[in-house]
Amino acid sequence: MSTNVLFDAPGPRGKLRNAVLTVLSVVVLAAAVYYVYARFDAKGQWDGEIWKPFLDASTWTEYIIPGLLGTLKAAGLGAICALIFGAVFGLARLSDHRWLRVVAGAIVETFRAIPLLLLIFFLFYLAPSVFGGGDYSLVALVAGLTLYNGSVLAEVVRAGIRAVPPGQAEAAQAIGLRKSQVMRLVLLPQGVTAMMPAIVSQLVVLLKDTALGYIIAYVDLLNMGFKLIPAVYFGSLIPAAIVIGVIYVGLNMSLSALANWLERRTRRSHRTAVQPIIPPGGVGEPEATGAGVV
Amino acid sequence: MDDLIKYAPALLAGFLENVKLSLICGALALVLGTILVSARVAPTPVLRAAGTLYVNIVRNTPLTLVLAFSSLGLSDTIGLIFSDTPSTNSFWLVVLGLSAYTGAFVCETLRAGINTVPLGQAEAARAIGLTFLQSLRLIILPQAFRTVIAPLGSVMIAMIKNSTVAIAGGYLMESAFVMKDTFDDTGVSIPIFIGLVIAFMVVTMPVGFLTNRLASRLAVVR
Repeated sequence: MSTNVLFDAPGPRGKLRNAVLTVLSVVVLAAAVYYVYARFDAKGQWDGEIWKPFLDASTWTEYIIPGLLGTLKAAGLGAICALIFGAVFGLARLSDHRWLRVVAGAIVETFRAIPLLLLIFFLFYLAPSVFGGGDYSLVALVAGLTLYNGSVLAEVVRAGIRAVPPGQAEAAQAIGLRKSQVMRLVLLPQGVTAMMPAIVSQLVVLLKDTALGYIIAYVDLLNMGFKLIPAVYFGSLIPAAIVIGVIYVGLNMSLSALANWLERRTRRSHRTAVQPIIPPGGVGEPEATGAGVV
Repeated sequence: MDDLIKYAPALLAGFLENVKLSLICGALALVLGTILVSARVAPTPVLRAAGTLYVNIVRNTPLTLVLAFSSLGLSDTIGLIFSDTPSTNSFWLVVLGLSAYTGAFVCETLRAGINTVPLGQAEAARAIGLTFLQSLRLIILPQAFRTVIAPLGSVMIAMIKNSTVAIAGGYLMESAFVMKDTFDDTGVSIPIFIGLVIAFMVVTMPVGFLTNRLASRLAVVR
């Protein structure tokens, strides 16, 4: 895979230059790592004492796992609602009725443009004045995630359906299928396959955005790790940050790996006439022949 | 509506803080992203591995965690102080966190751009004897940048919207905090929310429009 062509098989001078560059970069990187290590060490952040809570099962059962469950709950609910929202509005934007297209388009474009945190704050303060008192942190978080990510997914759905070659729909109409049948039997099955990688990438974004719940005091992994653990085990802020950081990175990287696998599978697949569509804001990388590392 | 008029000066001041953050972070993220992408395609395995590690870690960490870490962790615990004035200090901590975060996305976008540069370009650069850095600087990156102007615009728009998360980094002057503060005062106000949303759209929509125009004007014809 990694046929790097930015540089040739090096000659004697090139080899020397590369060796010098390697040594230089090792030195600079090691110096940077050591500097960070020393700064942390000077403040006693590598002391066994403050790392000890993480060897304790109760830290995990009382704080980290409940926090993780809170994050996964918000992400799961948000994902389901966003997928429904995205499917409904994505298809509405493809409707034959002009008014439906325009209304759905306006809603999707608006929610995509609103900074998510402002939306969540607004819903968080709006909910009590509409539904009466109570804890609306989960509701506000999930509603915000749904409206924003659902709008992005609506664009993915629209792009996926439109990427199906027109001949497919024409052929379906020619054998006498109705509008709804064309969509259900021909366009959706092929479009969904092409959308899957982009959908999973967006779900990674959604999972990451659940951390915004920290700001409205929703009990998620970040809140447990950054507010509760340092409050209970004094001085353990940095270890807690590193531990929950590893959990977040692990979760997101496994989801991203799933997206990549789906994309490779879709490219090979014969079940669809469509190539995987590009995630919103992404750049197509169709040619493995391009310069640089693929 | 009265609320919006009454609080407009505070909200505008908060919003201008977002604009200021975005301008500084945008410039820093572009520089960082370019350095990172050069490392990721470098002939040195060490640099490639370091670049990949950085991008994969930062890109998969929630921005809220990055910013909360730079404020509570780096500043309060480790003692990274930019300024003795708390608000100036947290401003630069947010700049640090947001640029570090956005830089990873700029790098990935540029890398996708590098992948669209045809093989022949790199081969021709080598054939006329350019070194790695020369071919990157003169041949590859200029074409890569021109291909990804529109996606870079999306990254910048996301960054402008992300500047509201500065509140997690303890910077309590930008619009998300001002809006929350106002809501604490007056209760929820729909005009204030809509006003802020429009303010953000006024900034993000031209960025999208301009980058799209630039992208089609500067597109590399192949």
